[in-house]
This record gives sequence, structure tokens and C-alpha cells, in this order.
Amino acid sequence: MTRALWNYRGFIFGSVKREFQARYRNSLLGAAWTILQPLAMITVYTVVFSELMRAKLPGIDRAYAYSVFLCAGLLTWGLFAEILQRGQNVFLENGNLIKKLNFPRICLPIITVINALVNFGITFTLFVLFLLVSHSFPGMVALCTLPVLFIQIALAAGIGTVAGVLNVFFRDVGQFIGILLQFWFWFTPIVYSVATLPAWARSWIGLNPATTLAQAYQTIYVYGKAPDWHGLWHVAVLAAVFCVLALILFRRHAGDMVDEL
Amino acid sequence: MGVIRVNDLGKAYKTYASQWSRLAEWLIPFGKPRHHPHWVLQDINFSIGAGEAVGIVGSNGAGKSTLLKIITGTVRPSCGSVALEGRVAAMLELGMGFHPDFTGRQNVMMGGQLLGLSVSEIQALMPQIEDFAEIGDYIDQPVRTYSSGMQMRLAFSVATARRPDILIVDEALSVGDAYFQHKSFDRIRQFRMAGTTLLIVSHDRYAIQTVCDRAILLDAGRMRMEGDPVQVLDYYNALMAERDHQHIRRVTQPDGSVATISGTGEASITGVRMTDTRGQTLQSIETGQAVRLEVRIKAHVAVDRVVLGFMITDRLGLCVYGINTHRLEQPITNMAADEEATICFDFPARLGKGSYAVALSLSREDSHIDKNYEWRDKALMLHVFNTRQENFVGCNWLDAKVSIERAIPVNQSQADMPA
Repeated sequence: MTRALWNYRGFIFGSVKREFQARYRNSLLGAAWTILQPLAMITVYTVVFSELMRAKLPGIDRAYAYSVFLCAGLLTWGLFAEILQRGQNVFLENGNLIKKLNFPRICLPIITVINALVNFGITFTLFVLFLLVSHSFPGMVALCTLPVLFIQIALAAGIGTVAGVLNVFFRDVGQFIGILLQFWFWFTPIVYSVATLPAWARSWIGLNPATTLAQAYQTIYVYGKAPDWHGLWHVAVLAAVFCVLALILFRRHAGDMVDEL
Repeated sequence: MGVIRVNDLGKAYKTYASQWSRLAEWLIPFGKPRHHPHWVLQDINFSIGAGEAVGIVGSNGAGKSTLLKIITGTVRPSCGSVALEGRVAAMLELGMGFHPDFTGRQNVMMGGQLLGLSVSEIQALMPQIEDFAEIGDYIDQPVRTYSSGMQMRLAFSVATARRPDILIVDEALSVGDAYFQHKSFDRIRQFRMAGTTLLIVSHDRYAIQTVCDRAILLDAGRMRMEGDPVQVLDYYNALMAERDHQHIRRVTQPDGSVATISGTGEASITGVRMTDTRGQTLQSIETGQAVRLEVRIKAHVAVDRVVLGFMITDRLGLCVYGINTHRLEQPITNMAADEEATICFDFPARLGKGSYAVALSLSREDSHIDKNYEWRDKALMLHVFNTRQENFVGCNWLDAKVSIERAIPVNQSQADMPA
């Protein structure tokens, strides 16, 4: 399979490039929208939560602290949600291609992941620039972002591909993922801190793998410390389980998939 | 290179009573299967050698497109196997998976990459692709703004930008206008001469007869017949008519070829001959000679309307001329049981040298598809010689006259004068 992917690398990178171009083809501001979208969201949340609701982060009294906290969780959640959302639809969306041409289908989820990474790369670079300018960049500890990111992408790609395969046969899955993401977002401490929650809620939220991931980013960027690797280990195992499940499902049903599209 | 081998191929779609039974089948381990297989292809066996051209014919839903999809690998077979040797280019349906929002150029890139070409190779081929597709500035517009013909032009240009070892074409080509169809068939012929194996599906009888060495008839998912394209197509035609309970007979002619006779048999053709104006039976015809085609028919039960038609086809099966008594406004009405009739067509045989076949049809209406009493392929063979007229090429003697007017410039003629 890796060999097939290598042979089709031209197609994979070509598709990523074309999708990026096509997304802003008929817009005046072009790629600026990639930045404006999360920027608007961050502004809204900052204003609503930190100014209007006076949400404070316990123990931190720095300027922009809440914005940094928010960005760390929100931008990475954006990546997670995009992979999941596009992943569950990837085979349906490319049904036209799948029905007419013979190529390794596994290219499609990979294109989805790379696409999401490109968008994330742009916004995250801006975030880092903002940190550097406001002298709040945590330093070398920021390198811890990479393994956390890797686990998060693996989790999203695993769940996304499982949902993508299932969605071809049961269209309910696509609808369900939309709802799931809504709840998942609010049950993850991204716009609020777990410290503000009552104790019973805290233990429940702690079971959510996305909590571990969001907290890891927040620890790195707000507190400038290495994340809790022990907790991340569990999430990594979960991500691996989903990836293996995705491969099994994909292998078993890729043939029937064409018949259903 | 360029070999296709299909072994015991079969394809069944799974049909479930409801989505819930599908879910049950997925989730309950070691449970019994809850789907019914719906077979669309069964027992398909054939092999195509390098450089051969094979056409697949059959009515809608016979499984032609599914078969091509399995051969190209987009659809997985339920049983059996397909082996291909060499680089394959396939055009299944329209547009070969073009993305509507990408420009033509981007889609060419994507299509090329999916065919296994590298970016630099595609860039090198791009001018040639643009040139062949002839869609002008549209190449930089999103594909959604294209007409279906333009999509087909571009798709064909990409698929055939480099000569493949195997070219597989679904009916896609029928979308284009006559000009492009001609152009694409020229390219297909060039490829064939260079050794490309060709597998096409078409409803266009002439496309198959002129391009293919062999044809395969699919009927309800099974191979009904395989062989010479003209014979297979004749049989297919008859099969179409068989749908209203007709009989098909295949008769070996004295020259070894096989003719197909089909029809409901309420009325039949009892005799046919070609004569000169004095009623002498002709063995061969001179180009331009006045001839008479004499057909005797008999009604076996009372029929209210009878139309007799004939069609002359050339060596390749292309129709040279055809007419019937309906179009000549002389249908026979109210034939009694056991009544016989003789119908004569008089015409000058303006045919080029070579052999021709005459097919006859006896039907109620204009077309033999509707109510076909009898359809007889190769009812008569014509051998045309040209000893009296000028030596022209082609199958149609148009009797061209020539006149020439010359205008020689004055100084030119002086300069040419010998000193």
C-alpha cells in the first residue's frame, strides 16, 4: 500500500494544490479567508468570554493570556474537526472519481488530511508570529507540539476514515458526525478552563480524549510547560485503535463501496 | 503487452431487504448472510490478444459497462479474475471523473497523474492535448462551464495523449459531434496500427464493424455469442426483434458466410433474385446497369399491412442504400392467408466494384423493430464489376463530369516561350 501511495504522490500533492486553489478561485481576497475565518472566531470568543463574561484563567494574569489559551485549543480543534468532517464525506464526495478511474482509494483520506494540515499550517504560523511579537512564545517547549499534533491527526484520521467508509453504506453516519462535533466541542475545555467547572463535571470531561489534547496545547502555550505525557499515551493508543479499525474496514469494504456510490 | 484475459468472471450486487438487515449482517458475527446476490454478469470468459480490437454489444442493462469497469479495475468482481498486461487507458462514461470546479488544465493535470504520468510529462504533452481537444480558451475555465461534448473532447485527448497498450472506451464517444467522432476514430485507428489493443462498447453498429476484428454479444449478463462483428451484430439485431416471440435461424450461405433469418413468421420471403430489364437472372452486375430486384412473399395468416424493404451493404457492412415500400408509399394492405405477391424494385446499380450483400425485411411498419414478420440478412450477394465506366474508387458511382477553364497570365506565357 505504501508503494502504491508513493507512485501516486504526484496525484496526492497535485490534488492538495488544486483544492487549495479551487477553494478561493472565485473570491477576491483569496487565501486571506483561511486566516480571516479563525481570526473572527477568536475575536468573538475573546470578546464574549474574556471581556463580557470576565472569564479569567486561574493563576495567570498576563495580557492576552485568555487569547493564547483560546488559540491553542481552538486552532488545533479546527484541524481535528476539519479532518473528521471532510473524512466522513471523502468517499461520497469523490464518488465520481472512484466510479470512473482505477487508483488506490486510500489516497483520498490522505489528501483530506494534508489539505487540512495546509490550512492549519497557515493559521498556526500566524499564531506563532503573534506569540513572538507579544513576547509570550514559550521557547523550546513548543517542540512538544509536534508529537501531540501527530496523535491528534492520527485520531482524527482514524475516526474520519471509519466514518467515511460507514457513511457510504449508512448515510446516517454523516449526519451523526455533524451533531457529534457540536457536542464534542462544548464538552472539551477549549473556550473555558476545566478549573472553572464543578468537581463532578471535571472527572467526566477528563474522560474525553480531546480534553487531554486541548490541555496539552494549553499547557505548552499558556504555562510554557511540557504536557502530561502519561495522559497522552492513552490517547495515542486510542488513535492507533481507530487507525487499525479504519484500515480493516477500508480493506474489507473498499470493493463494495463502488457499488454503493 | 496489451493482452486482456478474463476468466470465469462474475459480478453480483448485494441487495438488502432494508438498511437494518445490512447493519445486522455487519454487526452480528458468524451470522448468516442477509443479502440476496443480484447477478449482473456471469461466466464471462474471453481473452484478447495484443493488437486485437474487440467490440462489446448488447442491449441496455446487459452488463457491458459493468464488464468494462471490472476490466479497468474500478469495480471489483464477485468471482473470477481479470489479467491485463501493459499500460491501460480507459474512458468510462463521460469526462473521466473531472472535477467540476477545477479548470480544464487542472483536470488534465489530475487525469494525467491518475493515468500514471509525471508532472513534467503532462506539461510536455499539454500543447498536444489542447490542440487535439480544440476547446480553445475554455481550457482555463472550470469544467462545470463545459458542454458535454467539450468534456468528452478533453477527456479523450487526455486518455489518449500517449499511446496506451490497451485502450478501453465506453460509449463516451457517441457524445461528440460528427467531426470529433471522426477525429477520435482516426486516432483509435492509428493506435491500432501501432499495436494498441482495443476494447470498445458501442451501440453504433458501424463503429464496431469498421474498427473491430471481433465482437462479443452480452445478453442479460452472459456471453451469448463471440465472433465476426458482422455476424454478431446481425444476431444481435435479430435478438432485439426476438423480444416479441420470434424465431431466429442461422443459415450458412454457399460462400461460407452465415446469414441470420428472424421474425414472427406471419408472412415470409419465399424467393429473391436480381435480374436485368429483360428478366434474366444476373450472377454479376456491371456498374451503372439497370437492374431489378424481385422478391416473392407469402402471407401465412391474414395480415392487414405488409412493408417490404431492402438494404444494400458493402463488404464492411456499411449501408450503401436502403428503401422500403412504406417510404415509397406502396405498402400492401389486407393480405389474405396464403396469398402470394411479387414485389419488384427497379434501379440503376450505381455501385463501385466489389461485393455487396442485400438484406430484406418484411414488417408491418416502417421499421423492422416494431412488428417484424421476417428479417433476412444476406438474402442475396451482389458482385459488381466495372468494365464499362471510368475507373473510379469508392462504392458509389456518382458519374462525375469534368470541365476545366484555364486562365494563363500573359507575361507568364511569354516567359515560358522558347527563345
